[in-house]
Amino acid sequence: MLLLIQYTLIFASVLILVALGGMFSERSGIINLGLEGIMVFGAMAGAMVMVLLPDNTPKIVVIVLTMLAAAAAGMITSLFIAVAAINFKADQTLVGTAVNMIGVAGATVIVKAFNTNRSNGTDFSPKLDYVKGQEAFSFHIGDLRLNWFIVVAIVLLVVATVYFYKTKSALRLRACGEHPQAADSVGINVYKMRYLGVLISGFLGGLGGIIYISAATSTWHFDYGVAGAGFLALAVMIFGQWKPERIAWSAVIFALFKALSSVYMGIDFLKALPISGTVYNMLPYIVSLIVLAFTSKNSRAPKAEGIPYDKGAR
Amino acid sequence: MKNKTGFMRRPGVQTLIASILCAVLGIVIGFLILLAINPSHAGEGIWAILKNFFKYNNNTTTMLYYLGSTLVKSLPLILCAEAILFAYKAGLFNIGAAGQYTAGLIASLYTSLALGWSWWACLLSALLAGAFWGFLSGMFKAFFAVNEVIAGIMLNWIALYLANTILANEKIMDISKSETYGIPQKGIIPGFMQPVFGNNQYMTIALPLTIIVAILIYLILNRTTFGYELKATGYNKDAAKYAGMNAKRNIILTIVISGAIAGLAAGCHYLTGIEHYSISASVPAMGFNGIAVAFLGGLNPIGAIFAGFFIEYLTMGGQYLDTRYFNPQIADLMVAIIIYLCGFVLFIKYLLNKKKSAVIVNANAQTTQDDGKEEQ
Repeated sequence: MLLLIQYTLIFASVLILVALGGMFSERSGIINLGLEGIMVFGAMAGAMVMVLLPDNTPKIVVIVLTMLAAAAAGMITSLFIAVAAINFKADQTLVGTAVNMIGVAGATVIVKAFNTNRSNGTDFSPKLDYVKGQEAFSFHIGDLRLNWFIVVAIVLLVVATVYFYKTKSALRLRACGEHPQAADSVGINVYKMRYLGVLISGFLGGLGGIIYISAATSTWHFDYGVAGAGFLALAVMIFGQWKPERIAWSAVIFALFKALSSVYMGIDFLKALPISGTVYNMLPYIVSLIVLAFTSKNSRAPKAEGIPYDKGAR
Repeated sequence: MKNKTGFMRRPGVQTLIASILCAVLGIVIGFLILLAINPSHAGEGIWAILKNFFKYNNNTTTMLYYLGSTLVKSLPLILCAEAILFAYKAGLFNIGAAGQYTAGLIASLYTSLALGWSWWACLLSALLAGAFWGFLSGMFKAFFAVNEVIAGIMLNWIALYLANTILANEKIMDISKSETYGIPQKGIIPGFMQPVFGNNQYMTIALPLTIIVAILIYLILNRTTFGYELKATGYNKDAAKYAGMNAKRNIILTIVISGAIAGLAAGCHYLTGIEHYSISASVPAMGFNGIAVAFLGGLNPIGAIFAGFFIEYLTMGGQYLDTRYFNPQIADLMVAIIIYLCGFVLFIKYLLNKKKSAVIVNANAQTTQDDGKEEQ
């Protein structure tokens, strides 16, 4: 049972961060389908920092540097989307898909080259092993093994919620996602606000990536990417109706199902049920499809999302 | 406009130029990446990718064999691209093609390995399974207003886990290796021109079938009322509805056809026996790569054939890299970059138009004014 709680918390913190990222981007008017690629690069940068830091580095330094690297890598990746979608009016779904592909292929190439160089040409594997760095992140409350990432996710959730509802900047950002022409007419720089939205999604997505790979495992094969976690976060975002507090609890629900699929073997009464593991894997998707079917009619998706902003259009 | 449309201003020509530009730029960036990884061998690296199976130019049979393999592997990619561009013309982004492909994969492997059906029945069931999976996302879109991208993504994962469950059957899969058995002879699609391609056993009538599908799609989109309605719905949903077109029926029908093609793609791939399905943790990339091919081909059913072949050519090119210096995924990265660059097609077209109007300014001021109005 403890394991279930632990996994749920980990998955929930990943999903909350990445889904919030997606939310800020979409609220500014840019559909960010590239969250998956952003997560991969964030994860890669963070893992590399953990690998490269010497063993005797103080824990706090490891934590701060790893997260900074992940967030920075995520933001750089998100710039690919921002430049194409905001300045060049590219099809946002296409660019997002491309960034996902660049994420997996790029991380594989970089990690392989990194390993080859480090081992003088004996190790060609696309995996990183960061067990020492990973230890820096965990702490215990009783028997429950927890992770500093969870604390970070909760803090960021609170910050994001306050920012989203209480600041002028977020109000402007939201205006750009609903009616950019109107926002422009009152002197808001739509391009700037959209850059802000996408960069926030890069920041949060990169962090989500490093949490995803390092909270429960200590090696990661980068040719798998992040196995759909970015898309799951998008589902959480829609399920959460583009609102931070609703995203938070829908992330917990999704995380619970995801955790169930990982740990149901360890829980006696679930193991006794004649349900195969894949059903638990499918559940979050089936549940969200059904819920979406009932809620989409009055969906609160930002009105201008996916439409490139053209100053001349009326 | 009074003048006949100039060669450079024809939309088709511009799309072609833009796509070629994307491909060339992608290759150049790929070369830069090779340079960054290993400067001394970058030249031979990019040459190996581009030269590809022409490496065997002293042995025509071998060369044609590998040409055949590239062709065969590009077929599902092309079909997925057809599926995606068909839906895209109607304003639907069928990212669920990956799931429809997976549904087709389940059906073709199950009917062939577990039920022992003959190839045409397996292929048909793959097509129907894809169509059904498409119908699901179309239904969610039409009746419950669920965004087709999200419904598609959900259905992709459901299809993946279904595949892992259904195919993990002793009749179908070698459980210890978690990989499906070879397709029985009865289930293999009949061969096509195999002697020409160095007796490539995977060369089947899937090749002409793919080309027929591409032509059919071209005809449906450009020569039928249904195609016209689809495109009208894609341009302006509300106007189409106002003009009396049945939006709901069109949405469902579009995704069903799109799904059927994606399902067919899986059938055309797995029923040649070229690849065995193994339990996977992620949705087959074919559907996503199809998005890429569709855009690189300028969203044209015929263009997708060439784009699909080109992308597969590059991907296969990665295999020819010297693994001591580079890894084959560099080719995948190049493909991904080319797709990213496709996002700039609109901008490239804008540049082409702008340059042309600048020339006309000198020749004829009146024409420029007309052009200017059109562009804005």
